[in-house]
Amino acid sequence: MSGLTEIEVKLKAFFIEIGDLSYFAGRLFREVFTRPFEFKELLRQCYNIGNRSILLVGVTAFIIGLVITMQTRPTLEEFGAESWMPSMVSISIIREIGPVIIALTFAGRIASGIGAELGSMRVTEQIDAMEVSGTNPFKYLVVTRILAATLMLPILVILGDAIALYGSYIIENLKGDVSFQLYFNKVFDALEFGDIIPAIIKTYFFGFAIGLVGCFKGYYCEKGTVGVGLAANSAVVFSSMLIFIIDFIAVFITDIFFEI
Amino acid sequence: MNQTQNIQESKKPLITKKIMIEIKDLKKSFGDNHVLNGFNLKLFEGENLVLMGKSGSGKSVMIKCLVGLMQPDSGLIKVMDKDISTLNRNEFDKLRTEIGFLFQGSALYDSMTVRENLEFPLRRNKYKFGNITDTSELVTEALERVGLVDAIDLMPAELSGGMKRRVALARTLILKPKIILYDEPTSGLDPITSKEIIELMRRIQSQYKTSSLIITHDVDCARVSSERMILLVDGINYVEGTFDELYALKDEKVRAFFK
Repeated sequence: MSGLTEIEVKLKAFFIEIGDLSYFAGRLFREVFTRPFEFKELLRQCYNIGNRSILLVGVTAFIIGLVITMQTRPTLEEFGAESWMPSMVSISIIREIGPVIIALTFAGRIASGIGAELGSMRVTEQIDAMEVSGTNPFKYLVVTRILAATLMLPILVILGDAIALYGSYIIENLKGDVSFQLYFNKVFDALEFGDIIPAIIKTYFFGFAIGLVGCFKGYYCEKGTVGVGLAANSAVVFSSMLIFIIDFIAVFITDIFFEI
Repeated sequence: MNQTQNIQESKKPLITKKIMIEIKDLKKSFGDNHVLNGFNLKLFEGENLVLMGKSGSGKSVMIKCLVGLMQPDSGLIKVMDKDISTLNRNEFDKLRTEIGFLFQGSALYDSMTVRENLEFPLRRNKYKFGNITDTSELVTEALERVGLVDAIDLMPAELSGGMKRRVALARTLILKPKIILYDEPTSGLDPITSKEIIELMRRIQSQYKTSSLIITHDVDCARVSSERMILLVDGINYVEGTFDELYALKDEKVRAFFK
């Protein structure tokens, strides 16, 4: 009985959090279209968020490309299907692995960063100080960061996909002596409209979810410095979970429209 | 016991000037914890009013309700004759530019330099100074008032506790407010720095002719800076008067503050 009560309490807390997050998102949509706009801060955040993630995304994507090719090649060789390698790698990276792994890396870097930054601003009353000085902190801190994360992740994913494919090409070149032109011809021959566009569109949603959760956790951070750590941690956990949920929905919808 | 009325009746009104802040029957609870139970306050033009009370007595909650950082459960808050509950966001933001707030922990934006910290409140409020484009003169003037012009390009992490408090005071002054709210202005500072901050507060009050509401539990700060004091106990005005009047009282709860 007590176990059931505990589950009920946790479920209740979960749904309250979902409700608060929805309200937070609703406020975002209201604020994003009302003046004054914080263009300068938005550009600064785009630079910060993009710049802060570029190296991590690049290295992660490069390793993904290498590893996928190294691990898949022996199996394809058994069936004499090495020539399918570029097609297989490109479809799996562009459609699924690239967006999801890069989004998860981005979440680890950006959601925790935003959660910790806004959390520490909250507990040190910096957000209150903005509020009382007649500046709207929600617009200045939250709207700009969520928009920046939404706009930057697709760019990083495109860049990461390209780096991953290049990593894959290096292995193919070393093991199968395939030229750059031939490899990438095969890559682009295998890709269709239905592979690229839905994959890019879903990354906007990933970016939005990462920014939203990071800001939500940080903006309502409580309990002092302990709360800052919790905000950063739960921002990563919650946004990672949302990435998989969004991915499932995106694949489901893509399946309907593009008949994969 | 509520000695507010007794003391008020026993002497002439302290100040007969315009009321800058008026709070009537303010109530605020967090669950079963009733923090404010009908608090009343009047701050007059040019006055230094000190609000004393022990931790958890509702001082900070009251001041947060005053600037809209918290919503009271009931009661009236009027700032410069405007009922803040009737104002929309833009009107309230405009009114907030007339209220400076010095936070307990200074609350400097740690990702910005001292200059950027001071420029920040001006971003949306340049209309107060005829929409000027160059704000450096205002920034320098505010820093000169607190004696920290040399720190203009430093980051908050490079400042000592006292310097942070002075920069925060300069940021409070940048919009030339008519009212300044001080939340524990000397907390966390050593006695010498505390004295410097109190002296600075007095100087600023005389230079800018501001009305000040000072929340503190520092008896020295209250003695030096107050013209009138309110003692807050259990969310209500327990006693009110000048420092000397309160100091002379034999009531146990009052004495506990001065021990």
